[in-house]
Amino acid sequence: MNKKVISFKQFSFKYRSQESPSLYDINLAINQGERILITGPSGSGKSTLGRCINGLIPNTFKGEIKGTLERMGGDAGDQRIPALSKKVGTVLQDTDAQFIGLTVGEDIAFALENDAVPQVEMKKTVAQAAKQVGMELFLDQSPHDLSGGQKQRVSMAGVLVDPVSILLFDEPLANLDPASGKATMHLIDRIQKETGVTVVIIEHRVEDVLAIGIDRIVLVADGKIVADAPPDQLLCSGVLEANGVREPLYLTALKRAGIPIVPELHPESLDHMRLDGAGAALLAWTHAAVSEKEHPLGQPILNVSHVNFHYEPDRPILEDVRFSVRKGERIALVGKNGAGKSTLTKLICGLEHPDSGTIYIGGGDISTQTIKERSEHIGLVMQNPNQMISQNMIFDEVAFGMRLRGSAEEEIKRRVYESLKICGLYPYRNWPVSALSFGQKKRVTIASILVLDPDLLILDEPTAGQDYRHYTEIMRFLESLSEKGMTLIMITHDMHLMLEYTERALVMADGRLIADQPPAELLSDADIASRANLKTTSLYHLAERVGFSSPPTFVKHFIQSEQGRRSCDENAHAQLH
Amino acid sequence: MRMHMLSYIDRATPIHQMTGAAKLICFILWSVIAMTTFDTRVLVFMLITGVIIFWVAKVRLSEISFVLSFILVFLLLNNLGIYIFAPRQGTTIYGTTHILVHLPGIFSLTCEQLFYQLNVSLKYFAVIPFALLFIVTTQPSEFAASLNRIGVSYRIAYAVSITLRYIPDVQRSYHEIAQAQQARGVDLSGKQKFGRRIRRASAIVIPLIISTLDRIEVVSNAMELRRFGKKKKRTWYHGRPFTRIDYLAVLFAGLLLILSLWLTLQRGSRYYNPFI
Repeated sequence: MNKKVISFKQFSFKYRSQESPSLYDINLAINQGERILITGPSGSGKSTLGRCINGLIPNTFKGEIKGTLERMGGDAGDQRIPALSKKVGTVLQDTDAQFIGLTVGEDIAFALENDAVPQVEMKKTVAQAAKQVGMELFLDQSPHDLSGGQKQRVSMAGVLVDPVSILLFDEPLANLDPASGKATMHLIDRIQKETGVTVVIIEHRVEDVLAIGIDRIVLVADGKIVADAPPDQLLCSGVLEANGVREPLYLTALKRAGIPIVPELHPESLDHMRLDGAGAALLAWTHAAVSEKEHPLGQPILNVSHVNFHYEPDRPILEDVRFSVRKGERIALVGKNGAGKSTLTKLICGLEHPDSGTIYIGGGDISTQTIKERSEHIGLVMQNPNQMISQNMIFDEVAFGMRLRGSAEEEIKRRVYESLKICGLYPYRNWPVSALSFGQKKRVTIASILVLDPDLLILDEPTAGQDYRHYTEIMRFLESLSEKGMTLIMITHDMHLMLEYTERALVMADGRLIADQPPAELLSDADIASRANLKTTSLYHLAERVGFSSPPTFVKHFIQSEQGRRSCDENAHAQLH
Repeated sequence: MRMHMLSYIDRATPIHQMTGAAKLICFILWSVIAMTTFDTRVLVFMLITGVIIFWVAKVRLSEISFVLSFILVFLLLNNLGIYIFAPRQGTTIYGTTHILVHLPGIFSLTCEQLFYQLNVSLKYFAVIPFALLFIVTTQPSEFAASLNRIGVSYRIAYAVSITLRYIPDVQRSYHEIAQAQQARGVDLSGKQKFGRRIRRASAIVIPLIISTLDRIEVVSNAMELRRFGKKKKRTWYHGRPFTRIDYLAVLFAGLLLILSLWLTLQRGSRYYNPFI
């Protein structure tokens, strides 16, 4: 049990292309069979730490190393990836791009093929590994027929064909819907129990990882290890929030109710946490008045009426979808992958045409309008900003849409500056886009749509891949747009986003709209939640555990109090400046 | 929506069941025959065989029509080119002159020239069905395995296969990007002037290149982490041993090559001459 598999000693690393080190003075030991969560905000160095563990550093990414790093008891310098990868299996974040083979079986076999293992033996090992992750019936499927969760299972099987002693997961939850994320964590849990491997998970969604039981949390910030402790201790120290990582929601709720979090309560897992007496305090807190924020709504601006759509005969993608949206609304469009969410947005933007049914915008039927005419009313922001940005300079990128419309250069300048100011990018107006972070690029794409002054903004996963700090930044920004009267529809897998920043959830499953209700109510409906691959938040679970009669009311109270705190913060912030 | 052109089409036919290596060998032999002979009878026989095999493989014309029309345009240009630059090639080869239409200079249309150009076109038609069939009935990874089997380094073979493997993905992201740009007001319809259309196309091409490069980095890391390129040799999950149909096909193509060579040697010329 106590055999060291990874040992960093006064380890520093600087990428060749960068000015300052990405990791400083790292001291970290990982023992055989441990479950470690490495967390930290974006750019903290946690991914770099992962690359050191699997050997991409120093083999592929060159740079300057100080101190020592021992893997499996050997020194890092003489360990090349081929030998190392038999010991350290890595599952990358992007489930699509790492799928190398053309079928499930071939992808799992990839490492064996490279070892020139004879075919008969290879097929046997592949079948075994596939069974371990529950994909044995899919061996001949191509990646396009698989869901994100299934692709991830295949990646896992692909490293399990080796006798690995460490499994390294790089943000395993980033691209999954809530239910698939939960299933992934349980699979990791099961494999660890069966094989006794060391599991290292790099992830900023702490609450979801904690669900399977973690031995230690390593918190990385600014290239240093800030904390390295068992979850029960670390969660009590408040060090996560201080470093821009979100703590589990149930803990935030308990803190708000004035309950001190101490290790003796076992805050690591809500199921096993001691909550004696917490009920009364929470109840008292729920009764405290919270100023409810008025969010005035205007006229209906979008009306989707009995819309049907299909690509292939007998396989309807959308069936009888109908809803209407009023000006100023904030809506979450949720449901599992392939439920029809993006098709619905395509229809609204006019990229596809409904087989039957109508879509009205601002009272007029838009079926006769071209995509370009519709783009005056509706703005679409894609998930990956790299798929939208086509210009070198920030100013040009934001101006692009107006130039296409042939606006006068004076007018363009005025509106681009205005839009950049709203998005907090005005100081960077003359910068090249490539100098920006991912989150800033996302804001550039929002600015480039805002400049066209649409009535309705549709955002696909506005916060995907963002840490808590950037997540809050983007969402507050969208909130401020909404306060100015912008209507927002957000496609998301993030239940927290839906709860905290929207008032209404549209739930799609198998091409139908199966629910249209406030998010807090939606998540208390177990049937709909499971049909749409959603997951109830830990706040419900907390409310249930302390025996509240109406968990949704508790959740609603929590959300409103958080919103109240946010606007207080903002006022304070505004007064400071 | 479906815009996969020239990618593997999975159907249960004898042609699909053949190993990639056998198909590749047949294709190479077939090309050698078509390149070396101008014997109209052999070429016609090859064309007919090609069409039959096409029918056996259950590939629909609509699935390859785009590429086919592309090839036909080139063929037409090629024919025009030959006529413009060498209008008397046929007469030189066949040694007789049967004028059909009198035209100024050397441009009179002769039976010999027509026959010669017919043969050139036949050469195309003898190979095209096989080239297309090979691509649409061979799984990219099996294709890599077969290249490797006939002696190509597996690194090169895999590079080719992975390119084929990601073509549909790139097509898909092209489609997504195009739609996002259209939703932003980029007009991709034909109503624009050519210059503006080119400029607007860059609104799609640049994001496509950037996201493809991102992807390449991830894939190459993923491949390295699973030991690609470590050893000199590599085995293939999808590799298959030769079966009877493979041997028969290779035998058939080989015999045809021998027959064609024999005809050429006997005649002492690559050209079948109906004019003497």
